Amino acid sequence: MTDNEKLADKSSIELLSFRVGGQDYSVDIMSVREIRGSAKATSLPHAPSFVKGVINLRGTVLPILDLSARLGLEMGQDTERNVIIVVDLGSRTAGLMVDAVSDILAIPAEEMQAPPDLAADESRTFVSALTIVDGRMIRILDLEAVMPPQGEEAA
Amino acid sequence: MSDPMAEIRASFFIECEELLESLQDGLILMENGDSDSETINVVFRAVHSIKGGAGAFGLDELVKFAHRFETAMDEVRAGRFTPDAGAIRLFFSCADLLGDLVRAARDDITISQEKTSPVLNELDKLVGCEEQIEEELDFTPAVLSLDMGDALGLPDIPGLAPLGGFPSLENTEEVALPLAAAPKGFNIHFKPDISLYASGNEPLYLLRALRDLGDLVVSCNTKRIPTLDTLDPDEGYLSWQLKVLTEEPVEAVREVFEFVDGLCTLQITPLDTSSNDLQTSEDSAQAESLPTLVDQPEFKPPQSASTQAALPVEKVTKESAKPKTSAEVSAVTSETEALKQQAAPPAKTASSPTQPRATVRVDLERVDRLVNLVGELVINQAMLSQSVAEAGLAPNSPVSTGLEEFLQLTRDIQESVMMIRAQPIKSLFQRMGRIVRESSASVGKQVRLHTLGENTEVDKTVIERLADPLTHMIRNAVDHGLESPEKREAAGKTPEGSVTMTAQHRSGRILIEVSDDGAGINRERVREKAIEKNLITEDMQLTDADIDGLLFMPGFSTASEISNLSGRGVGMDVVKSSIQSLGGRITISSVEGEGTTFSISLPLTLAVLDGMVVRVGGETLVVPLNAILETLTLTNDDLKALGPETHVVQIRGGFVPLLDLGAELGYRAPQESYVGGIVLLIGQEDGNRAALAVDAIEDQRQVVIKGLEGSYGRVPGIAAATILGDGQIALILDPTDLVSQATGKTKKRNAPVPIAG
Repeated sequence: MTDNEKLADKSSIELLSFRVGGQDYSVDIMSVREIRGSAKATSLPHAPSFVKGVINLRGTVLPILDLSARLGLEMGQDTERNVIIVVDLGSRTAGLMVDAVSDILAIPAEEMQAPPDLAADESRTFVSALTIVDGRMIRILDLEAVMPPQGEEAA
Repeated sequence: MSDPMAEIRASFFIECEELLESLQDGLILMENGDSDSETINVVFRAVHSIKGGAGAFGLDELVKFAHRFETAMDEVRAGRFTPDAGAIRLFFSCADLLGDLVRAARDDITISQEKTSPVLNELDKLVGCEEQIEEELDFTPAVLSLDMGDALGLPDIPGLAPLGGFPSLENTEEVALPLAAAPKGFNIHFKPDISLYASGNEPLYLLRALRDLGDLVVSCNTKRIPTLDTLDPDEGYLSWQLKVLTEEPVEAVREVFEFVDGLCTLQITPLDTSSNDLQTSEDSAQAESLPTLVDQPEFKPPQSASTQAALPVEKVTKESAKPKTSAEVSAVTSETEALKQQAAPPAKTASSPTQPRATVRVDLERVDRLVNLVGELVINQAMLSQSVAEAGLAPNSPVSTGLEEFLQLTRDIQESVMMIRAQPIKSLFQRMGRIVRESSASVGKQVRLHTLGENTEVDKTVIERLADPLTHMIRNAVDHGLESPEKREAAGKTPEGSVTMTAQHRSGRILIEVSDDGAGINRERVREKAIEKNLITEDMQLTDADIDGLLFMPGFSTASEISNLSGRGVGMDVVKSSIQSLGGRITISSVEGEGTTFSISLPLTLAVLDGMVVRVGGETLVVPLNAILETLTLTNDDLKALGPETHVVQIRGGFVPLLDLGAELGYRAPQESYVGGIVLLIGQEDGNRAALAVDAIEDQRQVVIKGLEGSYGRVPGIAAATILGDGQIALILDPTDLVSQATGKTKKRNAPVPIAG
């Protein structure tokens, strides 16, 4: 991991990698606002199962998404030790509940690969690119796709 | 442009908005047949003041337009032209255009002449004053100068004058401005009302303007100034007797006072040339050396109380009067008694109805900041209360009682802050007036807008966000709601349609209604259309209310012809969603042949709410207090089964459906039994009631509303969220929405109830 630092020039992308449902994922670090411990979420009625609810983030209402449920992976058991990554998508802010945060990586743009087209893989649409770091495959999350569609609940 | 100039400019435009508002008000009064000269004056003055201000800023377009409009209004004012309904409509469009021009000038956009010239031509035709075209550019407004130094000639606060400037009330000084003997002129009695000062006028400038007409003799009457202990600093006590020697006609003199017309008592009488009270040249010589005048005051003894007391208007400063004071102290004291009888403190002469209230203009951002801070304060206070309660302090301990007072204060502060944001809905209604005029003109219908309750105060954000939906609804009413004049006559109605907008406070909410006296909803056609558009199937049985509700479906439009105004398929569904995003509801009621009414019910404020904190299915929820009629514990007798899955509650002879809040929100399955359970009796605006079963009532408190829509989206049955004292988020229920979508299941069946994640 240490040799990643020297790659941190303009052509590389910095990613925050984390584990969820036993797999390695990452998001662009520029969209991460903060990382915080899990808190008891107030559940929302009629919400999709991957929406854990909302928590109070210093006076604002923050929706929490259970990322493993969203990606169709196994539900993590020990929710007490989960971590919430607060991501900011310009107009929307949400918390992604993950198992653990791993590392900050700088990946050169040319090392990004498009995900192979596998129709059977349910989580495929949430992955925008793949890369390999130290022999581990890191999936780069498409945050826009992960967010619950806005206005979906308006009936 | 320097900063102060920009500021003055900005305040000019704010003032313009106010003037435009009073212009609209005046025109509406005129439309309703009020031809009172005061009404016409108000209209005239508004146009005139805009013109004057615009001139000072060199806004030529605005000046030109305002000038022509003003000329027309002047004709009306002078009684040479009596406007009919058509003329008043034209005046309305002039007022609208004037508003456009003001805003264009403010935003530095230009409005093409094509837009203004037809209206202007019509105006000229109407009033028939061709000569004003040459006259058009005669108007040379005073160019605004920032030099305030010369404004010090008169005391700033009129009533305070005696404090330093005029210790001897009976002292008579006649001051003449340079003059030469002239045979013609006017005697003017000028007594400013307090409103003249309040509106920022300065008598000194008027007198100077008079001096420009010719030689002027000024004497100030200070008789009305009471003694210091009875002196009201906000009252104006001075009046002036003026003598102007001029060749100009009386109109020229009147023009000087045009700006203050109605703000003062003014008598202009032609000067009797034989009168010998013209100032002698000696006087004028004295006046030439004004600054030294005070060293040799013409001091008359107290017994001349009946003689006219006069004061120099110009250049008499506080210092100038000082030398006299010591000599006169005794005189003043001896006179005090006499004065008390003679010049009893003038009662605030039947304060004119237009007396402006003192206001400050504050940047909205600052208010919002304050609102947010107070919101945080309320949350903080709730947290503090909670920790005090948890610490197990006795309820009568000093900490608890202190906290109680703190709570009261927070509440008061919050209410006051919210009041700052509240504004009368009038401005919105006035904008709608324009929509009615424009849209009725474009579809060739005669429509009159009636407004009621325009002083109802609503949160500013609500007003801003209501503009679009209301515009849409008004256009709809004009375009679809009202029939053509021929059809109306055939139906035995007046050819002129009417659209009524009302606003009122009702049970903690704002109720806004838009109604027309048109044909009403043709439910048969709505149904056909909906079938045609595949919104419903042919065999669906719909109640009238269901059919009315179809109007709010996306992609629904009944107008057979697509008109300019509406009927493009974006319609009431957009209106509905924007009202909903404000936490409001919209309903229709319609009687065929008599008209349609749209009712919008909105929360009073978007920021705080009194709520009851309840627990259900392990979750904490807040129910708006204004929706709760009462709370009760169910007994076996109250509860009646109705059908396989539902219950009703019998309350004092009435039956109310029982809803399990936990089951409706998907938190849990319906309970085995509700006997002994707590229910909240919910009342809605339409009078419907429902009983909501909850597990426990925890608290009653004021909560700060945090929108969910921005961060997550709309949740059915939920209005918003809030943060409780323990930092947890609690959802705020939208009882009406919940009830309307409720399943009413209060008995267990085999089908499992999905539990929310």
